[in-house]
Formats: sequence, structure tokens, C-alpha cells
Amino acid sequence: MITLLEWLRPWEPSLPVFLACVLAAGLYVVGMMRGARPGFWPALSYFLGVGLIYVVTQTHYDYYSQYLFAAHRLQHLVLHHLGPFLIALAMPTAVLAAGLPASWRTLPQGVMAPFFRVLGSIYRVLQQPFIAGFLFVGLVYFWLTPDIHFDAMLSLDLYWFMNWTMAVDGLLFWWLIFERGGRGITPRLSPGRRIMVLAAIMPPQIVLGAYITFSGQNLFEIYDVCGRAFPIDPMLDQQIGGLITWIPAAMMSVIAAVIVLAFRLDQEERAEDSRTETTLERA
Amino acid sequence: MTVLMRLLPVLVLSLLLVGCGGRGYETKGIEGLLPDLQFRLLSETGQEITEADMAGAPTVVFFGFTNCPDVCPTAMARIAAATEAAGEGLESDLRVLFVSVDPGRDTPARLAHYTGFFSERVTGATADYDTLRAMTRRYRATFGYDQPNEFGDYNVSHSSAMYVFDAEGRARALFRPSDSVSAMTADLRRIAQG
Repeated sequence: MITLLEWLRPWEPSLPVFLACVLAAGLYVVGMMRGARPGFWPALSYFLGVGLIYVVTQTHYDYYSQYLFAAHRLQHLVLHHLGPFLIALAMPTAVLAAGLPASWRTLPQGVMAPFFRVLGSIYRVLQQPFIAGFLFVGLVYFWLTPDIHFDAMLSLDLYWFMNWTMAVDGLLFWWLIFERGGRGITPRLSPGRRIMVLAAIMPPQIVLGAYITFSGQNLFEIYDVCGRAFPIDPMLDQQIGGLITWIPAAMMSVIAAVIVLAFRLDQEERAEDSRTETTLERA
Repeated sequence: MTVLMRLLPVLVLSLLLVGCGGRGYETKGIEGLLPDLQFRLLSETGQEITEADMAGAPTVVFFGFTNCPDVCPTAMARIAAATEAAGEGLESDLRVLFVSVDPGRDTPARLAHYTGFFSERVTGATADYDTLRAMTRRYRATFGYDQPNEFGDYNVSHSSAMYVFDAEGRARALFRPSDSVSAMTADLRRIAQG
């Protein structure tokens, strides 16, 4: 029986992941202490997103991710879909900026300006709707290519590289979908285009998930070769993993589309209220 | 065209990753994917055994247990046949380290009896649970125990791979259950020859 302490201990400690999560949570807290008021639900969404990413990478859950295909798929669902989804939904830029030391906030305009210009250009390319959608789905396919998956699960360095690419790409994608508020460098897509991107990424994920679920062949040999966390039929493990790739991943698009529409309606209502107030004031 | 140029880094990354592990192996090349051979175990003679004892000869490492009904005997029979075939005419020796992940039942004497059945190239070894856990984790493998039945017997889940290290202890190839004995033989010869 594993104790709570053992559950909380990372299976493969990763200093970069640990620091990234602590920094993300810490900056947000400092931002709020300095007067940023994100509201209860955005703050909850943000901490939940960061917390989930931490749990699936820096607790004993990671052991199961490495030795069970189904647990691995759930880990990637959190890293690529749910965690970044919740973080982006909170739109934490203002709070994080408030948490940064004042001198750091001016870095993009100071001596580091050329570096930030290059970074900004790369960012804008990656945030073009076609490329963002292609990368989002392409990465899932890429890391699930059996030979590449074998190497990624065998090498610890590749394993962390894979997880980082999933989390970073997830953040990029969901940021593009939920971008709102003050204008930044992220392209501002119309609600219709956002929903089109969300719709476009669904079928390839459904096809891949269904293929894995219904395949009569053991596609991911690495879990047999390295051993499974506990005795389970390899095909059952693969089928559960396929279903996770298929259903919840595609459902996230539907949920995101509803949220995008809700934001749009909210925006219209506010505009309507503002027009009514102006008319009343004139009258 | 512009989109293709922008996707070029992704394609390059794909090609680099596909080329991981080394080329030209008939089994699975794992060069650069796993760390060098390193261990401190209790050998079947009751003495401590480390990677230094294996230096100078390619070594195949397998994690199993002597009560294993199928995977381990099959793997041992296959690797005994492959090392026998590959060893003919070779100057360097070829060694196999059978690491038992069931220290509760696999005593040194039991291991000696078991390995002697397959080949004199095979050496048995084991250690306490934590040492075994650290060693298997190093090679990205795991093991686990079922609940014992009314006779106290239990099954052990373990890796089915054989890890091949060269004479300098570098990880070179991984033999999977699906690899043929002839492919294993060819890769063992290649690794032994440098």
C-alpha cells in the first residue's frame, strides 16, 4: 500500500518542471498580492491548471504514466488539453505581469528588445490558425507513432522533451482560442474562426483514438518490453488509452466552442448595456 | 510553399527522432537512449558483483525471476542460443546477467542452479527491493508482484526486454520478444566486434 507521502514524491524528479510549476503559481500569487484582481473563477481555473500539470508529472502518478499506456494517455490529456485549457481560460497575463519585478516588465523594450522581437516573430508564426491547429494535432500523431513512442518512453531525456512539447503546444493553442481582453501579440480571431479551428482538430483526434481503440494489434510494444505497472491485459490497456485519446480529447473542442460563444454573447450584452446607458443619458 | 518552409523544423525534428538509437541494427538500436551499465548486486556465488566484473565483454542484462513459467525460460533459451552462435570465432567473451527481481524466493543457490541450466555464460544476481527498483528504473523498466495464493505462490510482472551493453558498458541494443535469434546473433557479433 502506497502512503500519501509516497504518492506525493515524484517518480522521476524534474527540476525544470518543478520550477516552472512553482514559478507559475508563485508569480500569480505575488501578482494578486500586488493588487491584481483576477476574480475567484479565473484564479481557481489557473491554479487547477497548473496543479494538474504538476500532479501528472511530479507525483507517483508519473510512474503509472510511464508503465501503462492508458495512464500515459491521461497524462497527455492533462498536459496538452485540460491543464493548458484551464490556464488559458483564466487569461492570467495581467496578474502574472503584476507579479513580475518592475525592471523585468521593461525588458522587451530595453537591451533585450532584439531577442524579444525574434521571439515575437516565432510566436506569431506558431499562432497562425492553420499552423496552430496542425501542430496541435500533429504532435499527438507524432508522439503516438509506434517507433517514436518507443524511443520517447525508453529515453528519460526524450520523455521529458515529449511532455514539454505537449504542455507548451497546449498552452499556445488554447491561448489562441481563449485570447481576449487587452490586445497583445496573439492574433485575435473572430469567434467563428476560433470555432472553425476547434472543429478542424476534432476529426483527426477521433480517427486516431478510434484506430487505437479498435486495432486488433498491440501497437505500443514498449509497455510489454519495459513491464507494466501492474498485470493488465495489454489490449485492454491499449483500448482504454485509445478511448482517452478519442472521446475526452474531442469533447474539449466542444466545451471550448461553447465557451467561445458564451464570451461572444457576454461581449454583445455588455455592448448592448453600454448603448442603452448612453441613450438614457442623452434622453 | 511558405507553410511548408514554416513546417520544416517539425519535419527535421521528426527525422532526427526517427534516427534515434543508432542505425543498422537488426533488433532495436538504443545508442544514446539509455545510460551506461552500472549496478551493485549479489551474485549467484554469494559475492558482490558490479559492472566492473563485466568490463571487457559485451553483456546482456535481463530482469526476471526463476519461478517465471514462460517469459524468462524462453528468453534465457533464446539468448543462450544467440550467444552460443555469436560467440563462435569471436575473441571477446559474451556474458549474460540474469537479474532476479524476486529476491524473496531467488537465493544465490537457487539462481546458480537456474542459470546453470541454460549456459555457462549466464550469471545470476539479485539484491534487495530498493536496489532492484533503482536499477530497473535506470533502464526504464519496472516490476510488480501479484497477491500470493493460498500456497504462498505469486506472479511477478517484469520487463521482457534484454538490454545489450558493449565491452565499455555503453547501451547498444534492446532485444524484444519479437526479435529472432538470428537477428540477436547478428547484433551480438556486431557489438562484440566494436
